[in-house]
Amino acid sequence: MKKNIKRFFRIKRTRKINRSLAGNMSLFIFMGICGLFMAAPLALIISNAFKPLDELFRYPPLLFPRNPSFDNFSDLAVLMSNSWVPLSRYILNTVIIVGGGTIGHVMLASLAAYPLAKRDFPGAKLLFSVVVLSLMFHWQVTQIPNYLIISKLGINNTYLALILPASAFGLGLYLMKQFMEQIPDSLLESAVLDGAREFQIYWSIVMPNVKPAWLTLAVLQFQQMWGNTGSTFLRDEQLKPLQFSLQQIVSSGPARQGAAAVVTLIIAAIPITFFMLCQSNIIETMATSGMKE
Amino acid sequence: MVCFMSNVAANTSKKNEWSLKYRIRKNRELYFMIAPYFTLFFLFTILPVITSMVLSFSTFNVLEPPVFTGWPNYIRLFINDDIFKIAVRNTLILAVITGPISYLMCLLFAWIINEFRPGVRAFLTLIFYAPSISGNAYLIWNLILRGDRYGLLNGLLLELNLIDSAKIWLKTETYVLFFLIIVQLWLSLGTGFLTFIAGLQTIDKTLYEAGAVDGVKNRWQELWYITLPCMKPQLMFGAVMQITQSFAISDVSINLAGNPSVNYAGATIVTHLIDLGSIRYEMGYSSAIATILFLLMIATNKLAQKALKKVGT
Repeated sequence: MKKNIKRFFRIKRTRKINRSLAGNMSLFIFMGICGLFMAAPLALIISNAFKPLDELFRYPPLLFPRNPSFDNFSDLAVLMSNSWVPLSRYILNTVIIVGGGTIGHVMLASLAAYPLAKRDFPGAKLLFSVVVLSLMFHWQVTQIPNYLIISKLGINNTYLALILPASAFGLGLYLMKQFMEQIPDSLLESAVLDGAREFQIYWSIVMPNVKPAWLTLAVLQFQQMWGNTGSTFLRDEQLKPLQFSLQQIVSSGPARQGAAAVVTLIIAAIPITFFMLCQSNIIETMATSGMKE
Repeated sequence: MVCFMSNVAANTSKKNEWSLKYRIRKNRELYFMIAPYFTLFFLFTILPVITSMVLSFSTFNVLEPPVFTGWPNYIRLFINDDIFKIAVRNTLILAVITGPISYLMCLLFAWIINEFRPGVRAFLTLIFYAPSISGNAYLIWNLILRGDRYGLLNGLLLELNLIDSAKIWLKTETYVLFFLIIVQLWLSLGTGFLTFIAGLQTIDKTLYEAGAVDGVKNRWQELWYITLPCMKPQLMFGAVMQITQSFAISDVSINLAGNPSVNYAGATIVTHLIDLGSIRYEMGYSSAIATILFLLMIATNKLAQKALKKVGT
């Protein structure tokens, strides 16, 4: 056991130069405190989901449940199965919106990233610098004209109002282009000599080689789309995603706090799980994300 | 061909035009490939910015067509709108505090995490990154900061006898901004943090050994003279992510402090924009606010990029 703990805290041997024991200890203690601050609210979300209703409202407040139970989960199941729009419809909407926005984004962004990364044509530099500029302001800034444009296009109150803008986010194109730049040119040249068309090169050579990047785009985009209740654009209850109905439960008062605690856990757990599964690919992609002048 | 070559010297401008046309035609396949993305990008990113700038010179309530009036929106904004002043002040306080601190947090945590073995590193990365991706999990802070004695913070302080009655943290002017900063920092280890983690792993390990030979004595010198200059591109990208985020703080404020918050203590430029645009339908005026915010974000980002170019030089 003691050996394991020692191994757990051991720093990599190759980096031993310029490290002092006192420095290590103080940095790790500092890290421990900060880690606690980061993790405590997340732990509270988990523990709340298992607290029976009387423990959620208790003085002094409890950090961990005394009598953990699954009551909240069954409460939520009952609530969801009795909703006016059936649960299956909400799930279907989520699959269409999140799936459409994620697949659309990965496809369109990578299709546009390949020429920008690997080919030189008039306007390429200008277009990319506009995309970089778009990273420098938040979408919140343009939310009002965005609404007007979506109304004018006549796609208000349809899935497209959420899918189309999401497909053209700037960050995805940026990350994809930076990642594609490290594909060796020699790989593409042989295909050009064989007479392959640009689209063929993109599809059969570039895409299989940038798997970490499109997994990253998919996970980041999923996080964005999953968190969107869609209530700005979707008016019909029939079209709204699961996130919307879950949020309704969270905001429906003290009597449903138990179910709400489970909802918070579900909302947080799904994107975290996806990140966990793709973590090494995402880190690999981020390594190329730097801005070169 | 020879004939053409001799014409070149006489008429270079014509040649350039011809070659540009030729290059566009030669690459038309590439233009088809970028067309779908950039059509949507133009519609939903560029056009809104232009629309917003144009509308900022008009009075527009969505129902009637916009009436162009010139500068009155901006005059009202800077002279008559007291809430905008509070919002700008709060936004700047939040941005000046959360921007740099969150940036340094990203860098510091990434740097420390990088000292661990890969398995531990992945676990710590997950813990620190998780808050920023767990949707509205920050609503849990509503339970921690609840205004009655069932709130965790109140409960803890009451048990320790540090306060004698429960405090309404998020409805008291003096505390609102402080707690918004805390929650925002909790949420802020996002894309920039991942970039730093990744950037640190790409640094050539032999550089550290060479540095030790050249007289680098401790980890701080190593950080300043070797690590940071090596990850300059990542530092610049991370700065863009953190700055943009810190100027757009709004959801946290709306969901924790309310919109409008008590005496506008939690108002930011974006909450003011949402208040006037989505609630009062003053589209022209809210477009003026959006334009100011847009310029503020771009200017700050450009400044930060300039400053970061000097790292390690």
